[in-house]
Amino acid sequence: MNAGMYRIPILQMGSTLLVTIQVDMQDQTALALQDDLAGKISATSAKGVLIDISALEIVDSFVGRMLASISGIARILDATTVVVGMQPAVAITLVELGLSLEGVRTALNVERGMQLLQRTREEHLLGR
Amino acid sequence: MNQDARALLALLGPNVAKEWIQEGGGTLTEGARRAMEAEAAELVQGLRSGFEEGGEVGAFEARPWAAARETLEALSRSRVAQGQTAAETSAFVLSLKRPLFSALQRSADPAAAMAHMWSVSLLVDKMAQWTVSAYQRTREEVIQRQQQELLELSTPVIKLWEGVLAVPMIGTLDSARTQLVMETLLQRIVEAGAHLAIIDITGVPTVDTLVAQHLLKTVSAIRLMGAECIISGIRPQIAQTIVHLGIDLQGIATKSSLADALALALQQTGYRISRTDQ
Amino acid sequence: MAAETQGAVPLRNEADIVASRQLVRQLSVALKFSLVDQTKMITAASELSRNTLVHGGGGQMRWELVEDGLKRGLRLFFEDQGPGIPDMKLALTDGWTSGGGMGLGLPGSKRLVQEFNIRSAPGEGTCVTITRWK
Repeated sequence: MNAGMYRIPILQMGSTLLVTIQVDMQDQTALALQDDLAGKISATSAKGVLIDISALEIVDSFVGRMLASISGIARILDATTVVVGMQPAVAITLVELGLSLEGVRTALNVERGMQLLQRTREEHLLGR
Repeated sequence: MNQDARALLALLGPNVAKEWIQEGGGTLTEGARRAMEAEAAELVQGLRSGFEEGGEVGAFEARPWAAARETLEALSRSRVAQGQTAAETSAFVLSLKRPLFSALQRSADPAAAMAHMWSVSLLVDKMAQWTVSAYQRTREEVIQRQQQELLELSTPVIKLWEGVLAVPMIGTLDSARTQLVMETLLQRIVEAGAHLAIIDITGVPTVDTLVAQHLLKTVSAIRLMGAECIISGIRPQIAQTIVHLGIDLQGIATKSSLADALALALQQTGYRISRTDQ
Repeated sequence: MAAETQGAVPLRNEADIVASRQLVRQLSVALKFSLVDQTKMITAASELSRNTLVHGGGGQMRWELVEDGLKRGLRLFFEDQGPGIPDMKLALTDGWTSGGGMGLGLPGSKRLVQEFNIRSAPGEGTCVTITRWK
């Protein structure tokens, strides 16, 4: 691990982990985030992960695949991931790029994202 | 100020504006003539101050000519508004050469006059070029604004209900148009925090593979952002075309009428409508 | 700032990929591209820069402001002296969802721009050229 490398902070709110991506990330920063999240989900038994990308003006295939990976990893660790705040220009570009982000749940903003996580948790508890 | 500039400055006397209008004004009403003379006089004044501040004929973009440039831009804008062409506008500016050349021909020193004529020509040419550039810029701005207004008029995004937006698409859907509609719709969805968009294609005459592709891209983008989409206004012929072309609607909800789409939207949002009488 | 119409930046490490994105943003903004067009161009540049680094062993991104009559545009060249692409047809096959293609993201990037050109052969390196007009 590169000691001097910037790592994106992960906040914990109850059983939900919050990540806000505000920088133009280097590839290794994205990979580190993936690592850190996997570790933290495990360590805290988090049930939900909310990734806020409202400040990201560019989401390329690397970041897209990172988001999909995090979703998959979280699911295996019994947590739901929601990506919120995708900018319209980003959505249009991703569609054109052909990146489907299959398996990644999205919501318009943090509020909706939290509602979605809450609903998923309730359904989970009811054994659905 | 050099010899040349001084000589040219001397040419720009009080009658030049009048002579210029006579030359390049064409047939005008009294009011229009007076307006043009005022414009011409202002320009002549701008040229005078340009020379007085040390302006050189070959450097029309430099600071001393700022006043003259501004006047030419204003002239350009007013010509665009009047519906004149770039050629007409430029011809008007170029016709300033006549009165200046005439004045030079009357001068006592023919050799000097030749040199000055060259400077006059250079300066007026630059002025005409500037006018044409300004004209083109203004035209482009007008066209862009008109295009924007036309687009907004032809594709309004309507808030049907809390969190439900509707876009009635009218007319043929080409790639450029769909692109712009898509961008506007997505932006509105974010602004309104809408979770559902209804795209109504009642007003779209034909749906071919290309149009379907554009629609599907729009829906994909909406879903990527975290909202959902219903397509309504599908006429029977369009339904047949879609099946016939083998277009996969990828699980998008479709309704034949906007009313049905709204009912579905409300249901999905958890609303139930009941009558109050009875 | 001097009116430069061309330049080049190295693509030798990850930080260079970020730098190339930021440069393309600056150029797109200067050319007054719409927000969506900016996003598409920068994203394409990001994809191709990464390819140059990861598959081409490093190289450079050259840029040029181009004109065609009244049109103004941005042209980017992604060049490396790497192993080259052995199967061009495969590389240009869409492979995101099916798992086919070569994972180079070339067909995707191609859709983000208006002009796309690729010259590559084993032993000759690769040069991908993309252009977007205002």
